[in-house]
Amino acid sequence: MGAYGTSLIMMHLHFPFPVAIILAALIAALLGFVIGLPALRLEGPYLAIATLGFGLTIMHVIGRWEIFGGRMGITAPPLDLGIPGSAWSLVLKGDVQIYYLILVIAVLLVIGARNLMKTRVGRAFMSIRDDDIAAEVMGVNLTIFKTMSFAVSAFYAGIAGGLYGFVVSFFDPFSFNLILSILFLVMVVVGGLGSVLGAIMGAVLITYLQYDLLKNVENLPYLGGLLVAVSKQWFTVIGLANFSGIALGLIMIAIVIFEPLGMFGIWIRIKKYWKTWPF
Amino acid sequence: MFEMLLIEGLAIGACYGLFGVAVAIIYKTSDVVNFAQGEMGMLATFVAYHIMTAYGWPFYLAFPATLLFAILLGMAIEICFLRPAKEPTVLGLLILTLGAEMLLMGLAGWKWGAEQKDFPFLLSVHKNVEIFPGFALNEWTIGVFVLTAVVMVLLFLFFRYSKLGIAMRATQQNENAAKIMGIKVERVFSITWGMSSLIGALAAMFFAARSVLDPNFMMEPFMRAFAAAVLGGLTSIPGVVIGGLILGITENFFGYAWPEWKPIVAFVVIILIITVRPSGLFAKHYVKKV
Repeated sequence: MGAYGTSLIMMHLHFPFPVAIILAALIAALLGFVIGLPALRLEGPYLAIATLGFGLTIMHVIGRWEIFGGRMGITAPPLDLGIPGSAWSLVLKGDVQIYYLILVIAVLLVIGARNLMKTRVGRAFMSIRDDDIAAEVMGVNLTIFKTMSFAVSAFYAGIAGGLYGFVVSFFDPFSFNLILSILFLVMVVVGGLGSVLGAIMGAVLITYLQYDLLKNVENLPYLGGLLVAVSKQWFTVIGLANFSGIALGLIMIAIVIFEPLGMFGIWIRIKKYWKTWPF
Repeated sequence: MFEMLLIEGLAIGACYGLFGVAVAIIYKTSDVVNFAQGEMGMLATFVAYHIMTAYGWPFYLAFPATLLFAILLGMAIEICFLRPAKEPTVLGLLILTLGAEMLLMGLAGWKWGAEQKDFPFLLSVHKNVEIFPGFALNEWTIGVFVLTAVVMVLLFLFFRYSKLGIAMRATQQNENAAKIMGIKVERVFSITWGMSSLIGALAAMFFAARSVLDPNFMMEPFMRAFAAAVLGGLTSIPGVVIGGLILGITENFFGYAWPEWKPIVAFVVIILIITVRPSGLFAKHYVKKV
């Protein structure tokens, strides 16, 4: 939604980028709020299927709708920080410039998220996570805070999507599929559940693994040659591209079995060790 | 036309229902939705494909061999991945199954590549059999109906009368009490996974006979079967099958009326239904106690 919203608002309404991305994120948040409504009554697998169903539905609606470019997808407009077509125009070109923009926005949003978790709202979120009935007894309004958590999360996803659209510069509804959602879940799990810092660490690590290290498995030192040999013997060499899936799956399993708190858990252990050092 | 749509919907629905039962069996004993279910079925189907095409085994030998493989695969995943997890949360277990899903999908892609293959199945969608004069069904449909009925009856008898089935129900109700009664709970879990994997592989082979075989082919059927299971209520096995049938019929009729919306209409209906009845149609609504 964020990617589509930002690009379309910029293309058709000619709004400058900052306004467009915030508008798009607000639309995403509204959608998140709507998805959050049935979430009030559902839990566990029932909630999972409801969100999956919503995702598929939206994907399909976008795929059918002319203005969204249908199945063919759309191309993102040039990323212009100023007002397009005027003297204030400032077009960002190339990955490096876009990277700095994303870095600034990401840092701002992370600070926002950390602060949010320390406010009244954040404490309400955590109490609902730990035990919703106890939270309700303590006077936390479940209806408001549950839907709000969906909306806030969708707002973040909207901003991320808006930026992602410019990074890939061309997208169709199927760019944002289930596999991508699973990949995000892997990042959060590897980094450590329920911690903003952990999520970032996980995202960095998994992105590096996915897009750099595992993209060309054959060229890895030592391991690459071995894998090619194994492929020739028992598997197919073409299928070796699927190795990243195997590696990520194994990482997920290993994290849950050996270190359920993820990298954040390791970090906490190291911190504790040094704090109490000689003992 | 009407009867054709109805019967085809019922047949696909029965297939969803069967696969949903596989999901529900694991959910019933261990409270976790097995996201690797589809890929377990996919891998078993690929094994069947491989021993039929590469080794040239006849279908009658390949079929039981595949089922055996499916049981072993299910038990292996439980023993290797789920059992070592210390005090796992439900989310942790769910992530484990997602990891297993990616692992299996990667393995299948590595071994057999991403191109689509035809699965040589005994029962064809295109061959019609006249059951009684003027009324013909294709072999596949008959196979699905017979298989679903047989599996349902066997499961009913199994859970009702066999020692193992009763042990499974006991484990589901209260794990600690079952342990005290001398039930080896861990063994029950791995048998549950083996059983579920077996049923899943059966359903997956039927899906493969209808569509094509590639490492992704079970993704969509899994989603639908999961949705069907949720619709019927994950804890009630007949409910799951009925949920599958409702889903199959709805999808087929809407698909006939508005073909372009066929892939999502089922999900819209399901979201509406579970918003009204949060535990599905046929399961008792469980109110959380403090």
